[in-house]
Amino acid sequence: MNPERMYDALDRITRVRGVRGAMVVSAEDGLVVGEAVMEGVRGNAVAALAASLAARLGRAAGAAEAGAQRFVHLQAEVGAMLLMPGADGLVIVAVTDQHVNVGLVRLEMQRMVEDIA
Amino acid sequence: MTAELARDPASLVFIQLAEHLRLQEQLDAAMRVVRTGLERYPDRPDVVDLYARILADAGNRDAAREAWEHTLTLAPRHVGALKGLAYLAYHERDYDAALDMLEIALSEDPADEQVVAALHTARAAADREDAEARLRTGADIFAGIEGADHALLLIDERGLVLGGVLRDSRGLVVSEEVAAYVAGAAQEAERAARLLALGAWQSLECEGTDGHLHVSTPSPGAILLVRRDRRVPAGRVGLLARRAAAAARGWLEAQAG
Repeated sequence: MNPERMYDALDRITRVRGVRGAMVVSAEDGLVVGEAVMEGVRGNAVAALAASLAARLGRAAGAAEAGAQRFVHLQAEVGAMLLMPGADGLVIVAVTDQHVNVGLVRLEMQRMVEDIA
Repeated sequence: MTAELARDPASLVFIQLAEHLRLQEQLDAAMRVVRTGLERYPDRPDVVDLYARILADAGNRDAAREAWEHTLTLAPRHVGALKGLAYLAYHERDYDAALDMLEIALSEDPADEQVVAALHTARAAADREDAEARLRTGADIFAGIEGADHALLLIDERGLVLGGVLRDSRGLVVSEEVAAYVAGAAQEAERAARLLALGAWQSLECEGTDGHLHVSTPSPGAILLVRRDRRVPAGRVGLLARRAAAAARGWLEAQAG
């Protein structure tokens, strides 16, 4: 993956109003591959949790015949975490506040998946 | 009637006399009269039926059952015996047996208002018991909601199924396996929301290549899973999940009450 293109793509995601930060995570080991503007957030911990969440949900989706994950949206009281699996075992993660336009963030994440594929 | 019986010991008036005494709750006297009659007429179904009713009134249900069963050997569709056995079955909460007996009795005598009334009572009891059983087992939690029979699942935070059912494309139940995985995902969702200071997690949506999963917590300690085909828009899955969550909350409150 071209690091420059990856960081450009992460920047585009974080430019969406309400996005607190974005990162690329290795799904297999939960390590941070790249991140942008994750203020007040422990990137390593988020990466590990995001990878673990994706893995567990993936097993549930498999057992429930929902197929491979395309997008995951964890909604909480004052914000959300969005995950989108990409190529090469990578997962794009965005952390947002509660007023974010999830659809817009999703579009930027999808663009990033296509860009870094 | 007593005088007539004294004049003619072979008279069948003893049946009316015993029934009269039974209705007056003079059960000992009724029993004496009917036993005397039984010695003379042991194979008359109406006499054995009356004997059974007196036994039942006296609380001797086992003997009453034997007498009614004997009545049916003498007259297989004897309405009185069928009603009597239905009465016993009803009090043993064997409503199916009671309904079977009463339906035969009704086919024998469609104008018997007692049978009609007893059928209503037994059916209502059977329906009530069935509803209670379904409530206990959680089979009806999502009744009336799209996907209730194959795509809605309520589990506890340990991954144990509380109600609803999830089936795979072959129709096989996969509830327990999915429940275990979903509970694990819910734990991770809770941890992630806490770490990111996002407050309590509310829902976890997964769009897959073949379908959508929507996970939420309708009540503390409970997790709801909704699965939908991928052609169903994610927003609609959310609406469905809210309906299912309301149903789950109602059921959980009923369980707690």
